[in-house]
Amino acid sequence: MVTYKFHQYQVVGRALPSETDEHPKIYRMKLWATNEVRAKSKFWYFLRKLKKVKKSNGQMLAINEIFEKSPTKIKNYGIWLRYQSRTGYHNMYKEYRDTTLNGAVEQMYTEMASRHRVRHHCIQIIKTATIPAKLCKRESTKQFHNSKIKFPLVHRTVRPPTRKLKTTYKASRPNLFM
Amino acid sequence: PFKRYVEIGRVALVNYGKDYGKLVVIVDVIDQNRALVDSPDMVRTQMNFKRLSLTDITIDIKRVPKKKTLIAAMEAGDVKNKWENSSWGRKLIVQERRASLNDFDRFKLMLAKIKRAGLVKQELSKLKKQSTA
Repeated sequence: MVTYKFHQYQVVGRALPSETDEHPKIYRMKLWATNEVRAKSKFWYFLRKLKKVKKSNGQMLAINEIFEKSPTKIKNYGIWLRYQSRTGYHNMYKEYRDTTLNGAVEQMYTEMASRHRVRHHCIQIIKTATIPAKLCKRESTKQFHNSKIKFPLVHRTVRPPTRKLKTTYKASRPNLFM
Repeated sequence: PFKRYVEIGRVALVNYGKDYGKLVVIVDVIDQNRALVDSPDMVRTQMNFKRLSLTDITIDIKRVPKKKTLIAAMEAGDVKNKWENSSWGRKLIVQERRASLNDFDRFKLMLAKIKRAGLVKQELSKLKKQSTA
C-alpha cells in the first residue's frame, strides 16, 4: 500500500476532575496528523479554542488511529477547510477523488501548498465527507463520473524501470507516442 | 491517431515499481493520473499511469468487477494466450529466458550459434559459387 503522510486519529480527552466539577465533559475529536504525538498536541490546540481547558489541567483518555474501511473503492471526498492566507482567514471547500480519506487529505495539503502557498500548519480541516456522485460540485471530479470513461495517454515518457538504470545521456530520441 | 485508450478493461503492463513486469487490468479510473488496477494474483491497488504501459488487449468488464468476474472475463478474453503470442509478449519471454540462463546453458547457446553461423556460411558460399559460375 502507499504510505500516507497524514494519519487520521480519534483523540478523546477531558479536563481533570476538580472539587467544582467531579465529572467533566469528555470531548472527542477526529484529527489528521503525521503521528500520535502531533495528534495529541493538535487536540489540545483545538480544545483550548473551544473550552477553558489546557493540556496542563486536562487528561488524554484515548487516542486511536482510524483506518480506511474500504481502501479499494474509489470515493469522492469533500473537504471543508479554514486557512490563513497572507491577508486573512478564508474558508474553502475542495473535492478530491481518491480511494482513501488519508489520501484525499494528503492531496488537499499538497494542493493548498502549490495553488495558494499555504503551509500545512496554516490549514484547519473543518469537516470531511464522502460525497455521492450526484452531489459533487466541481467539474474536475464530475468529469470522471463516467462508467464508460475512455481517454488516450497523449505524452508517453519512457522511464527506466529502476533508478539504477538512469543515465544522463541517451543514444536516441525517445518515442513519445502511445 | 490514438489506438490504445485508458478504459475499463484495458490490459496494461507495469513498467516501474514493485509489481514490475506484471499484466494488470484497469478496473476504474480515479483521476487524471491514477487508475484502480487489478490482477488475479494481487490486491486491487491504485497505480499511476506513469507506471503502466498500455497494451492492445482489452477485456469486457463493467466498472470494478468482483475478483471472480474479473478472472472469468480474463479467461473469456484469453488474455494470457493473446499476450504470449503477441510480438511484445514474446520479446519479454525471450528476455526473461536469456536472463535466467546458467553457465552450461550459455555454453550450449554458444555452440548452437556457431553451428547456425556455419550453416549460413555454407549456403552463402553455395550461392556465391552459383553466381560466379
